[in-house]
Amino acid sequence: MSEVSVTKDATPVADALVVLNNVNKHFGALHVLQDIDLTIARGEVVVVIGPSGSGKSTLCRTINRLETTDSGTISIDGKPLPQEGRELARLRADVGMVFQSFNLFAHKTVLENVTLGQVKVRKTDRKTAETKARSLLDRVGVGAQADKYPAQLSGGQQQRVAIARALAMDPKVMLFDEPTSALDPEMINEVLEVMRQLAADGMTMVVVTHEMGFARSAANRVVFMADGKIVEEARPDQFFANPRSDRAKDFLSKILHH
Amino acid sequence: MNVLSDNFAMFREGFLGTVELTALSAALALVLGTLIAAFRVSPVPALRIFGTAWVTLLRNTPLVLLFLAVTLGLPALGLKGWDSFWLAVMALGCYTSAFICEAIRSGINTVPVGQAEAARSIGMTFNQTLGQIVLPQAARTAIPPIGSLMIALAKNTAIASGFNVTELGSVQKTLNAASGYDIYVIFLWIAVCYIIITFTISGLFRLLENRLAVAR
Ligand SMILES: Nc1ncnc2c1ncn2[C@@H]1O[C@H](COP(=O)(O)OP(=O)(O)O)[C@@H](O)[C@H]1O
Ligand SMILES: [Mg+2]
Repeated sequence: MSEVSVTKDATPVADALVVLNNVNKHFGALHVLQDIDLTIARGEVVVVIGPSGSGKSTLCRTINRLETTDSGTISIDGKPLPQEGRELARLRADVGMVFQSFNLFAHKTVLENVTLGQVKVRKTDRKTAETKARSLLDRVGVGAQADKYPAQLSGGQQQRVAIARALAMDPKVMLFDEPTSALDPEMINEVLEVMRQLAADGMTMVVVTHEMGFARSAANRVVFMADGKIVEEARPDQFFANPRSDRAKDFLSKILHH
Repeated sequence: MNVLSDNFAMFREGFLGTVELTALSAALALVLGTLIAAFRVSPVPALRIFGTAWVTLLRNTPLVLLFLAVTLGLPALGLKGWDSFWLAVMALGCYTSAFICEAIRSGINTVPVGQAEAARSIGMTFNQTLGQIVLPQAARTAIPPIGSLMIALAKNTAIASGFNVTELGSVQKTLNAASGYDIYVIFLWIAVCYIIITFTISGLFRLLENRLAVAR
């Protein structure tokens, strides 16, 4: 029966890093993820778009099991996601996550935010961890803020620190849940620029975003979600020029010409 | 005929008894309270149930009854040979731990859920998330009520005088029984001793609060 169902652009991927297989999830009566099949190849950048409430955040959060699922399987680099405990923690360390609201540790300095995981989870010694943290902070352009507390930084700076914090774990894949939606317009580009650079460096990325410019320029694939289903997947140029589904056409007409 | 200078050794012993009883019960209450609070937010249902039962039971039992249960019940259960001081520490520590737990839990509830999610997303375990991220931030809100609980604890130690423990309450009883002193003066000096203890506790907690406020 698998022969019939492979009708999407999802050609079998040689080097699959993240595989979601028939994933379902409910919030009470709401069927928020419906039979989700999604395979993300190593080095691929997938942008997830869709109307608000369609389940994009939930999809993103199931990939590192911040949300549990009701059925289906999720595996990362060939290993199924453990249910809980130490195993799950270890696997999460390989999956970086960047949140809409940054979620930097409020009681720790910028430098401590980026060293904590290395020291506590990876058991790196403090000195090595700090050296790495400083070079990552330089890379995202906030090296000068290392000793400040998150609340003393602008939103754009905080989000770049959050990216550095995730990168410090040497993740295999990075998840971004609307990383620029909480930012003032003038700060959006500094964050997108860091993300573009990451994509160019070959990081595997799943990005939920409304930034269509980023989707066009950095994504290998666009996944369009509506009402808990993946409605359409395509290369960005194809998707934006020729959306096939009515839902996607309708969505694009709303966000592209205001 | 000054009640304080005549009986200075007795006052000193009583004062130190109250201080020791308060300090040790406080230490027990803080450790237990934090542990039970961790149980109550744990993903393991059995621990959560235990935590809820602990708090419900101890918070709703009058302290005197708890003293009776510990001093009469434990020996009846075969736990003999405990000295009354340590039994009092146990009763006071367990009783206060239920309240400390709830103060800490209300602190935990003020920490945005995104903080714990971020910690989990970088691979920190439940214990690491709680110890490194959530509790330090919860402390800012929990410290002032914990200070009040410590003061209440210091005053609650007086109940131990009814159970053969030497502390300020027992000094007061002994002196009242020894005739010749003005009962109001005895009360006054006992009160002064308690005030020294409770003011010290408030001072310590104010310092702690200020320090946490500076360190964001
Ligand atoms: N923790 C939750 N409990 C109940 N319903 C939720 C929860 N999180 C999200 N939802 C609901 O699930 C649906 C999908 O949410 P979400 O994944 O955040 O969508 P999106 O990110 O695409 O806007 C929404 O209708 C939302 O209200
Ligand atoms: Mg969302």
